[in-house]
Formats: sequence, C-alpha cells, structure tokens
Amino acid sequence: MRERTAHAPRPEPRAYQPPSLARAYQPRSLAEALRIRGREAVIPFAGGTDLMVQRRRPTGLTPRFELPALFIGGLEELRGISEGDGVLTMGACCTCSRVLEERAAPPALRRVVEEIGSPAVKNRATMGGNICNASPAGDTLPALYALESRVVLRSERGGRTLPIEEFILGPGKTALAEDELLVAVEIPTAWPGRLFYRKIGTRRANALSKLSFLGMASNRRGRLVEARMAFGAVAPTVVRSRRIESGLRDAAAAELAERTPEVLELYAALIKPIDDQRSTAHYRKEAALRLLRFFLQRLAADL
Amino acid sequence: MNAEAPIRFRLNGREVSASGDPLRRLLDVLREDFGLTGVKEGCGEGECGACAVLIDGRLVNSCLVPVGDVEGRSVLTVEGFRETDRYRAIAAAMEETGAVQCGFCTPGFVMAAEALLRKNPDPSVEEIREALSGNLCRCTGYHAIVYAVRKAAETGKDLW
Repeated sequence: MRERTAHAPRPEPRAYQPPSLARAYQPRSLAEALRIRGREAVIPFAGGTDLMVQRRRPTGLTPRFELPALFIGGLEELRGISEGDGVLTMGACCTCSRVLEERAAPPALRRVVEEIGSPAVKNRATMGGNICNASPAGDTLPALYALESRVVLRSERGGRTLPIEEFILGPGKTALAEDELLVAVEIPTAWPGRLFYRKIGTRRANALSKLSFLGMASNRRGRLVEARMAFGAVAPTVVRSRRIESGLRDAAAAELAERTPEVLELYAALIKPIDDQRSTAHYRKEAALRLLRFFLQRLAADL
Repeated sequence: MNAEAPIRFRLNGREVSASGDPLRRLLDVLREDFGLTGVKEGCGEGECGACAVLIDGRLVNSCLVPVGDVEGRSVLTVEGFRETDRYRAIAAAMEETGAVQCGFCTPGFVMAAEALLRKNPDPSVEEIREALSGNLCRCTGYHAIVYAVRKAAETGKDLW
C-alpha cells in the first residue's frame, strides 16, 4: 500500500492571476495537466458525459463552463490498467468500455458498469469522472466501496492515497484539493467470490438509478467468512457499515436467518433516502431493505 | 486553446479545422460549420443516440463532446459512411425490413449498427439489442431495426 504523505489537504491560496483567455486546455502529458491545474482554476474534463449535460443550454448554444476545461480524457498515463502485489490499479480515465474489455477487472465493477449506460456513453464515461462527480446515484460507487478501493491523488506538491469513503464527502463534494487530479483507483484483488447486484431504474440503458444494492460474500464449510453490503442512492453517500457486516462473520445458515431481522433494522436506521424526480424516499427505503433481505436469504440458502 | 486557435481533426477522411470556442458541441460544429445534417439533435443529453458518430472507430454521442476534445482524432458521420459497401448493406436491409419510418433516428441507428458489426460481425439478437440500447426510435417499435441489423450481418457477411 502506498504511503500516505502528510501534506496539507489545501494548497496555499493562489496569487492573483489576470483572467485567462483560454476556454480549454488539451495537455499532452499528466505533468503538463498538473502544471495547469496548479496554476489556474479549471474544470477537469474526462469523458464529459455528466459535465456536458449539467452545463447544456438550448439547442445550438455552447455549454456554459464557468471555468476553462482541462481535457484529460485522452492522456495515456491515465488510461492504463495494471496488477501487482494484490492490487489492481486502474487509471482514472479508463472508460466503462475499457473496464468491460479488461479481464482483470473485478466482477463486481464489471457487473455495475454493464448497466451504467448505452454503448455510446460507456465509450466516453470514465471511472474517475463517476467518482469525482460524487453523485449519490453514481453507480460505480457501491462497487468501489464494497471492494475497499482507494483513490490516488496527485498534484505538483506530491501524491496521496485515500480510502474511497474518505474521498467522497457528500453529494457533489469530494476531498480533491483545487490543485489535485484523481489519477487512479486501487482495488485490492482479494475480493469475496459471491456477487449480488440489483440496479433499479426506469430503462435498461442510460437510466440513472432510483437505487442500487451490491452484496459480496464468501463462505467456508457452511459458515460465512465475510459479507459486504453497499447501497447506492439511498443517502447522501453510499451506505456501507463494517460494524453490521462484522456481526455476520462466521454465521451458519440458522444464525444468519435468525439475525436477519436485526440486520434489516440496523440498516433501516442508516438508509435515509429523499424524494426526487426519479423516485420517492418511501419506495427507495422499502426496495433497498427488500433487496438486502433477499440477499441474506440467498446467502443462508447456499451455506 | 482559445477562441482563435483552430482545432484540427479528421472528418470523414479529410483533414479539417474548426474555429471558435473549443467548448462548442461537436454536434453543432458538424451541422453548422460542415453542413452535415445527418447528425441530428434529439435530446441533447446523451439519451437518444440521434447524434451518434464514430470517433476513432468508437460510437459516441456528439452532443456530449466539445469540439476541442476531438483535436487530432478521426470523426466519421453517416455522410462519410454512406460511401461504403457496409453502409449499402445496412441501408438495403433497413429498407427491406421496414426499419425506417420518419427517419430522424435512422443515421444514429446506422452508426450504432456499424460500431457493433465492426466488433462483432455475427451478433445475436440479444447482442444487437444491447448495441442499439442507446438509440431511441418513436416510430418502429425496434423489432424491424433489430431484424435489419441481423439481416445486414448475413447479406454483408464478408464486409465486416
């Protein structure tokens, strides 16, 4: 695991710079991108599938970007996938299509990415974009939480690595400093083998989630070794509780069935959805808890 | 990149340059600067696929791509694709199966079909549905389009 450097999370305030005439930058290397990012306030632009929609204007008008865009989606340094020492490292600008083409990618992530959008969206949308957008409905996030992922941040000052749950602070809010770029995601490859995922949305392709649930588990000799559970779009950030999960460790089928009502109650206290244009708080909570119960019942049945 | 620097890219096999704001949508540049009106605006937010083009051989929605981000890349629209035998195979299959009604979505479907057949020249019906899942059609009910792609794969067997 990479050392976490102890540099301050916020850089020195920037000296005054005359407003730039540039509307966009197309850096040729990560070093150049970090130099621009350190010098000037910009909007890092990877695939643009969220940025362009958020900033769209009526037909024929140019999208309104409040700051110059920094095009990083094409940087080869951010598009690689490598594996070593029990960690899979994915460049922040790996597209969803790239994840699906990559055999080493975790099944949980592949499963989630399959349902994330149409082929044309998958060809542009990136892992880093989905993370930095920090939407409560960001579909890769429950998988990345359950996989215990870490994000790798770089600036001209250095680098640091944070667990995903410390990086995502709330809807649209992350711990990314204003001179930093998210450059990679690290995923420990010792993930549990069993996978359960359900996304509830209005259309197979391109629908944003009303909610999603991802469960992973492994068992040995009739007992649960571990279970991980993550809920998307039912709270400001992904709901995952290691405390509740640890209460299920070593359970045999009968114990798991016996503890299920209590586990449902514990998660019910953590699931705090909202009403919005996609669904209602009531529906989200009910559906999330039913998916959880179904997952636990299936686990018990297979022990 | 500022408003004065031209953005160079390859468009339907020709080297071209676009001037103006690098954040203009590729969709608008194709339609307004180059007169390529086969690229349609349906929803403007990546949901409908009517503006689909290929960039470096991959299907993308041109409403979500700023023109500055295609510098140095290769863009293919239905107008460029029209000159190929593959297009003719897809077009003939669509005519035969009744896959075109009002026609607004058709260029997007043609590009999505081409993107699929390049990767997978013999797709199953399920694979075709997946490949066309980002394209909306309000007339046909989709079956005729899916059938057309299957038919194009058969009649144009050696083309992909």
